[in-house]
Amino acid sequence: MNRILRKEVLTSSIKLFEIETPLIAAKVLPGQFVVTIAADKGERIPLTVADANKGKGTITIIFQEVGKSTKLLGTLREGDEIPVVVGPLGKPSEIELFGTVVCIGGGVGIAPIYPIMKGLKSIGNKVISIIGAREKGLLILEQEIREQTDELYVTTDDGSYGRKGFVSDELKRLIGEGRKIDRVIAIGPSVMMKAVVEVTMPCNIKTIVSLNPIMVDGTGMCGACRVEVGGETRFACVDGPEFDGHLVNFELLSKRLSIYLKEEKEACQKEAVSCK
Amino acid sequence: MAKPSLKKTIMREQPHSERIHNFNEVPYGYSDEEAIAEANRCLQCKKPKCVEGCPVEIDIPGFIKEIAANNFTNSIRSMKSKNALPAICGRVCPQEVQCEELCTLKKMGEPVAIGRLERFVADWEAKTGKIEMPEISPATGKKVAVVGAGPAGLTVAADLALMGHKVTVFEALHEAGGVLVYGIPEFRLPKSIVRREVEYVQKLGVKLITSYIVGKLQTVDELLKEFGAIFIGTGAGLPWFMNIEGENYNGVYSANEYLTRSNLMKAYLFPEYDTPIVKGKNVATIGGGNVAMDCARTALRLGAAKSMLIYRRSKTEMPARIEEIEHAEAEGVEFYLLTLPIKYHADAQSWVREIECLKMALGESDASGRRKPVPIEGSNFRIPVDVAVVAIGNSPNPLIAATTPDLKVGKHGNIEIDAKPQERLLLYWRWAEEGLLLGQ
Ligand SMILES: Cc1cc2nc3c(=O)[nH]c(=O)nc-3n(C[C@H](O)[C@H](O)[C@H](O)COP(=O)(O)OP(=O)(O)OC[C@H]3O[C@@H](n4cnc5c(N)ncnc54)[C@H](O)[C@@H]3O)c2cc1C
Ligand code: SF4
Ligand code: FES
Repeated sequence: MNRILRKEVLTSSIKLFEIETPLIAAKVLPGQFVVTIAADKGERIPLTVADANKGKGTITIIFQEVGKSTKLLGTLREGDEIPVVVGPLGKPSEIELFGTVVCIGGGVGIAPIYPIMKGLKSIGNKVISIIGAREKGLLILEQEIREQTDELYVTTDDGSYGRKGFVSDELKRLIGEGRKIDRVIAIGPSVMMKAVVEVTMPCNIKTIVSLNPIMVDGTGMCGACRVEVGGETRFACVDGPEFDGHLVNFELLSKRLSIYLKEEKEACQKEAVSCK
Repeated sequence: MAKPSLKKTIMREQPHSERIHNFNEVPYGYSDEEAIAEANRCLQCKKPKCVEGCPVEIDIPGFIKEIAANNFTNSIRSMKSKNALPAICGRVCPQEVQCEELCTLKKMGEPVAIGRLERFVADWEAKTGKIEMPEISPATGKKVAVVGAGPAGLTVAADLALMGHKVTVFEALHEAGGVLVYGIPEFRLPKSIVRREVEYVQKLGVKLITSYIVGKLQTVDELLKEFGAIFIGTGAGLPWFMNIEGENYNGVYSANEYLTRSNLMKAYLFPEYDTPIVKGKNVATIGGGNVAMDCARTALRLGAAKSMLIYRRSKTEMPARIEEIEHAEAEGVEFYLLTLPIKYHADAQSWVREIECLKMALGESDASGRRKPVPIEGSNFRIPVDVAVVAIGNSPNPLIAATTPDLKVGKHGNIEIDAKPQERLLLYWRWAEEGLLLGQ
């Protein structure tokens, strides 16, 4: 169970696993995630499902090595079994006919946007995709997305590929050109999602974001994943992870994401691995 | 027989000055001699009241008699014909409101220490290393699914397996035990003991599948295509918050998260284990139940200089077991009684720094028969903290109800059923139970 059938190193810090999990593959929908444990004494790590193949019984996860636990996960090889993969968790994305949808992925957030984009396209939406990364070497899934989407715009912070700037700048440009946009879906670092929301708020374009707070169980049992949406506390693992971006308290999200920075450093020092 | 002593045989325990620095179990358990002495206190009543107080109807005088006769093998055999989890139940069941409450000796003094004796025989058998398997009825060919591997699910699974049914238990977490592994701390219930009794249930032929979320991977209705009956023992896993200002600041935990990090994920052994926990210097737990006591005592062991407990009523109204309150007090937990948190204050980085509280006075009795606490206006004061743990209760996780259209759900998210518990086991259809072992 949970055997890694394919491992790809997408960038220096981003890896892809295609995992044999027929039960999850049969049920998972775009927008949902799984929780994994990479080793015996490991943490529970939530990861969005980037693709699923019902016929083959596999799901694909793409993750960035940011701390000790994700690094540990990254050391697993093809043929290895991941000790725990549980899911599908969270609510699926709303895949409906909206008209023109802009799908925005930043960094490793490009991975979860991919199945949503595919889903929206498959039922007849016009899909414009904007993907971005800090630099060319960190950009993932460009080819896969290009094959599906109606239009694709790429940005890098340093201008090493595509247009120099942020994904939100590209969105602003499209809106400025008077393009009719019915909905925006943005997934990425919380600063990026916040920037996108700031662009769409004044023009009242419904914007969905997928939140990535710290989680433990991922089943609604602990409340670690508390986020504030429209002034109310919600549990991202069961009430989300997708929420109306215009209502999300991003400042709280960023603050809560910093709770264990000190401990994370300690864990990395012990392992003598370099963590960002 | 000599007149029995009016006091229970004392169970030795770790001195408090030592135990607040480790997670080892607090009581040591009885020696053979102590157990026999305690067993001899039992009057062997013709109509044993104690059994009426036991949810699984253990033959209490029966197993105690065998201990008194130094025949521990027979004692544990009798025990396990009714209860597959004796080492667990002996430690955490609220005997004082169940079997021991009704014990005849209680009219004269202290009841027989039934829980301690239960724990004794279970531990005795484990120590021998030879775990005897009970007789299992011939296979019925019927298949039952049990959702949730907490004490309720495990108990039902074991009972059904003994009856000859084929049982599969589905558990959402990566370890079986429910609250026994994620909630109740090591110093009160060592996890090796939970594992031991879970393994015993598996040896009875029960198939255990962890990391399987019913309602997501398969719905109850889908499982019913494969299984003749389903028992839903998903517990009360949804933590409540008070909905007061600042509750989402860094350092404010639900009891479930605090305990899950420490127990299930072993954050007290961080960084050997990868899951971290914020180890506060001044930790306040809000609530007055067993869960709150567990949190306050965990905080001490994680290194808090000050572990405080904030409760809005007085000590007599606390729902926790008396033993747990006494343990917490002996270990130095400071009680702020008749105190109601109304707001959290944080520093610029959003870390909780103070809890603003109101003092309360006890008013008229409310529906629960307890005197209702009323805030005293203008009595605001602040308690400095760097970690706060909200332990004010839980309700059932709505997942099963939300994905099973024809399940009737009550006001508190509880599943409503038409039959009494005993009938349900005969009904052999859909049962619902939310804590076979009584909750708090
Ligand atoms: C910290 C703490 C201390 C306590 N101390 C005591 C005590 O000393 N004495 C006492 O008598 N009681 C105590 N209690 C209460 C006692 O633990 C509960 O009454 C008891 O655990 C209820 O058992 P259960 O099997 O119904 O539920 P749980 O123990 O909650 O088990 C339910 C299980 O179902 C799983 N589950 C939930 N949803 C799904 C799903 N959809 N699919 C698959 N699996 C699912 C959960 O992961 C969990 O493992 C305490 C509770 C806590 C939290
Ligand atoms: S009621 Fe008390 S004294 Fe009587 S049989 Fe039960 S344990 Fe023994
Ligand atoms: S991660 Fe525990 S409730 Fe969401």
